[in-house]
Amino acid sequence: MLRRILPLRSHAVRSGRLAGVLLVGSLALGGCGQQDMLDPVSRPAREIATLWWWMLGVAGVVLGGALALLAIGWLRREHPGLPLVGGSERLSRGLVIVFGILIPLVVNIAVFVTANFVVAKTTDAPDPRTTAMTIRVVGHQWWWEIRYPGSTTVTANEIHIPAATRVNIVATTADVIHSFWVPQLNRKIDMIPGQTNRVLLEADRPGRYRGQCAEFCGLQHAHMAMYVDADTPQRFKAWLHDEATPRQAPATASARDGERLFEANACASCHQIRGTSAHGQIGPDLTHVGSRATLAALTIPNRPAELERWIRDPQHVKPGNRMPALGLSDAQFRKIATYLEGLK
Amino acid sequence: MSALDAQRRVRIERLERVWTERPGVFGWLTTTDHKRIGILYFFTALAFFAAGGIESLLMRTQLIGPDQRLLSPEAYNEVFTMHGITMIFLFVIPMTTGAFGNYLLPLMIGARDMAFPRMNALSYWIYVASGLFLYTGLALGHAPDAGWFNYVPLAGRQFSPGAGIDFYCLGIIFNSIASTLSAANFIVTMFKLRAPGMSLNRMPLFCYAFLAVSFALVFALPPLTVATGLLELDRRLGFSFYEITRGGEPLLWQHLFWIFGHPEVYIIILPAFGIATSIIPTFAHRKMVAFPLVALAEILVAFLGFGVWVHHMFATGLPTVTTIYFAAASLIIVIPSGIQLFAWITTIVTGTPDFKTPLLYIIGFIVLFIIGGLSGVMFAAIPFDQQTTDTYFVVAHFHFVIFGAAVFPILGGIFYWFPKVTGRMYHERAGQLSFWLTFIGTMTTFFPMHIVGLLGMPRRQYTYEPGLGWSALNLIETLGAYVLAAGLLVMLGNLVISFRRGAPAGNDPWHGDTLEWSTTSPPPPYNYAVIPTVSSPYAMWDTEDREADQRRLAEGRLTLERGHETPATTTLDAELDAILDMPSDSPWPILLAAAVAVVFVMLLLGHLTTAIVFAGLALAVLAAWQWDEPETRESIS
Repeated sequence: MLRRILPLRSHAVRSGRLAGVLLVGSLALGGCGQQDMLDPVSRPAREIATLWWWMLGVAGVVLGGALALLAIGWLRREHPGLPLVGGSERLSRGLVIVFGILIPLVVNIAVFVTANFVVAKTTDAPDPRTTAMTIRVVGHQWWWEIRYPGSTTVTANEIHIPAATRVNIVATTADVIHSFWVPQLNRKIDMIPGQTNRVLLEADRPGRYRGQCAEFCGLQHAHMAMYVDADTPQRFKAWLHDEATPRQAPATASARDGERLFEANACASCHQIRGTSAHGQIGPDLTHVGSRATLAALTIPNRPAELERWIRDPQHVKPGNRMPALGLSDAQFRKIATYLEGLK
Repeated sequence: MSALDAQRRVRIERLERVWTERPGVFGWLTTTDHKRIGILYFFTALAFFAAGGIESLLMRTQLIGPDQRLLSPEAYNEVFTMHGITMIFLFVIPMTTGAFGNYLLPLMIGARDMAFPRMNALSYWIYVASGLFLYTGLALGHAPDAGWFNYVPLAGRQFSPGAGIDFYCLGIIFNSIASTLSAANFIVTMFKLRAPGMSLNRMPLFCYAFLAVSFALVFALPPLTVATGLLELDRRLGFSFYEITRGGEPLLWQHLFWIFGHPEVYIIILPAFGIATSIIPTFAHRKMVAFPLVALAEILVAFLGFGVWVHHMFATGLPTVTTIYFAAASLIIVIPSGIQLFAWITTIVTGTPDFKTPLLYIIGFIVLFIIGGLSGVMFAAIPFDQQTTDTYFVVAHFHFVIFGAAVFPILGGIFYWFPKVTGRMYHERAGQLSFWLTFIGTMTTFFPMHIVGLLGMPRRQYTYEPGLGWSALNLIETLGAYVLAAGLLVMLGNLVISFRRGAPAGNDPWHGDTLEWSTTSPPPPYNYAVIPTVSSPYAMWDTEDREADQRRLAEGRLTLERGHETPATTTLDAELDAILDMPSDSPWPILLAAAVAVVFVMLLLGHLTTAIVFAGLALAVLAAWQWDEPETRESIS
């Protein structure tokens, strides 16, 4: 995706002379990351960010005070004791008690109460009766399965939610521990075998927010990302309705060939395309794969050339993933790709 | 006068004859001298530090820009796992307890050796063997790759079928034996072998730190052994302690691991606190402010460290009441750390500090520890913790704590005691240069990690995409790591050259505060020709006591030159209790370690019968060892 949009950046660092270009380029992009917890787009994320800025302020004062003391120590390195007040044992011990015990105690109690009673309330997993909808997210090595209870919609790696709506995310895992995390929207929650964890997700305004697996989950932990697409409630409703329908029948001859090839080969044993004989449950549901922005959990953009490369040689694109190379002919791969791209 | 000198010389010559060990390589293999064992620990830990450092440079080079392919995903995961294991189990703990503790503790308390010299050698050889065991995995392409905290089910047989995790489990259990043995040895040494007069309240703060660490090790390692043992049973014999489908519980691993893992953090930094409390009074030319508070704080930190482990698990969905309890406990532990921190700062400020290299490293340590401590406090804010956990913010935090607060005092301590160990001075200007390089390198490497974590970069990813605002910061971090490496190389060069050409140091180049400065540099095999007597925690600053030592040497009181002897004293008041006949060099420790190593290799290979045979052999060696156990010769009452 972005790697394709900014091709200059992918191999720039191999030569040192391009490092400067990279530095300037990244600084220009800095702060506009889509995964930036300091650019919150929801009340919970905003409260956590505010908490951070306050804690940073207090931390700055403490660090500044300690550095000032050390600076005094350096300036007065030839004079024992402190300016004005001298250096009696009692006074020194008093300083230790005030700075080492009393001030930390007050600051700690303030942090504890604000964070764990006030901010915790707005960011905690919600009571499901207070949320407008529930979405189930299942972590897999290395992609996200997304289900909408009450609808037949199953999708992968792109969670659509209505904007300005409190959503109850139910997070589980199909294999190892993963962690569901969309920093601009709220804190993360681990997905642990045998456990059903929940987290509140909401976005103030429509937009695309990036999330990523935060718990190390094996070889391709780095390539287990997702998008949360917040739409207006009307558009979300329309999207959910479209996604719930079976696949669009292929329109061209080559797409029809693609569907037959998909059903006849190993594709169908792992993937489901509703409306066909493909009912595999191991990989992502592909009923509307053509409408997704990326493939392989945001590893590559979803464009015909990339899609074809992905199904032809999945182990090159994302080494270690569970999709095997099928050994079909170039023409056959092209037909499958055409078919899949048409599944809007 | 010259008659007295002659008497001193006679006694010293006799002590030399009694205590000198076998020469050559064989001497090093069979040594029980705590100083030589300390030196062995030092160089071994240094080698592992180099290995862990190369691993970190590989990671930083991979992350210098987005989408780099220096390391494959497999290699990257192995490298970051080995980096963590190496730095924690094979570098910091052996360097602090093994090298610093072994070399300095008996000297500081005026003893002639550790309480159990052969057990001391045994822990060294087991440590070496466990390190080689873990690195053999890497060399054979079976390095562990599930991270140093090795979460299940990723580390279970289903998702990690290779031998890497078995190397991890067995290697860690093997390594724990060494740490447990030295911890027990330190506790007995400090309780029983202190010089007459060194009652507990006169024990140097350095020793308090090591006492706290030793107790923490004894109680923290069993949960780790249990955790890895249960995992090995799951993996090899089909048990299901952690397997959810068969009634196990994956979170059990996290609890057991962090019950060990959080005390471990204090195990790593407390010895460094001890080093700081040795260096600061010497260079600030005054006694530590609030000595009893600091001693108490050192013990409290180790104790409270056992009650905070769940703050590593705030995102696992535990009930709120649990997380809030552990958040409160995590805030309480800030207090004893704050006491120590401001005791150090106040001592420096109210003293007349001489900013030589060791003190510079301690100042660097104070600054880095404040930053790491402040970010640590933030993790007790549960919502913020759940936002930043498993991101580079955490990586930044714990590197400020571990590299800043543990390694900086180690580096400062190396400069501080270099004259004592080698008898030569290091080069001061070059020492200061290496300080500035390592300090600037550390800040440049680890500070931007806070920001990159806040910008959403998770840890432990072998590569990242451009366009997320992470690239420039990662580039800066990598350049910082190179500067840091350069600083360490300047230090190494300084010490190597100074070892050959440095100016002679004399006994006490710093006007130090503790006993080790009263003996020669390097100290003789018997440490002290006469057992010193002590009347305050700053024994070297009590000049009358030291003059009295010299008189007693001439008179032959408490010189114990007739045998391989050191005095034992009472635990609280350090009144002379007994004269201990100490064992001399012995081949049994290294043989026992070798037999145990074979047991672990055979367990790894699944040859249970051979493992049992060698376990029997190890017991036989242990019996032979007991055969010539020396005994307490005479009791003084």
